[in-house]
Amino acid sequence: MANTKLRANRPLSPHLQVYRMIITMAMSIIQRITGAGLYFGSVLVVFWLVAAAAGPESYDFAMDLFGSLIGRFILFCYTWALVHHMLGGLRHFIWDCGYGLSKQAGTWLAKATIIGSVSLTVILWIIGYAVA
Amino acid sequence: MSDLRTPLSKVRGLGSAKDGTGHFWLQRVSALANVFLISFFVIFIITMQGADYASFVEAVKNPFTSIMLLAVVLVSCFHMKLGMQVIIEDYIHSEFTKVLAIIGNIFFSSFVALAAVVAIIKISLGA
Repeated sequence: MANTKLRANRPLSPHLQVYRMIITMAMSIIQRITGAGLYFGSVLVVFWLVAAAAGPESYDFAMDLFGSLIGRFILFCYTWALVHHMLGGLRHFIWDCGYGLSKQAGTWLAKATIIGSVSLTVILWIIGYAVA
Repeated sequence: MSDLRTPLSKVRGLGSAKDGTGHFWLQRVSALANVFLISFFVIFIITMQGADYASFVEAVKNPFTSIMLLAVVLVSCFHMKLGMQVIIEDYIHSEFTKVLAIIGNIFFSSFVALAAVVAIIKISLGA
């Protein structure tokens, strides 16, 4: 256990808390948070499909839940997380291809991701209400 | 000697994570597939909102729809298993807890995938 003590006494290099939060940092952690949200949100998709497989009564029950105010709010957040995670992923594809790696391009892409995800989510819901 | 890596480690090319680029590559391939699959899924959900039971079952019985839904579920669950594994490896430093969490991640993702697959097949076969 002497080893543990030695490790505890080591000087630490500066980490996240000493830097001012900038948009590229925010988009980086949001990509991970939306991913984790979608991970647990997959339970909602399974609930919907299993309810439908179980029969008309449970299907109607699930649809009522999703159609409620809280249900709609959760689905709206879910849509945003999905869209944001996808746009963030496309941003990673651009980087993987070797483009958009400069400071300016990175900041522009980060802004485009958040503006794009919010607008696309709102547009999808407008379409959703329009075709309903 | 300027390079401390052994010839064997160079030949294996698996790096310090002992896993090579396999994880990264599969993450990107499943992400690319998901761009198309999730787009389909979102459109499907929009067309299905407020649908009664009969028309929902009718839609899922369409072979194209059921195949696409199965692909959505399988690729997404695989992608989320890969993603959660990275989160676990990044934040959990105790070896025992980490291994437990990675196993739990596999169990959860597999169960979600299995439940959804059974549901889709049951609906599409009209049981």
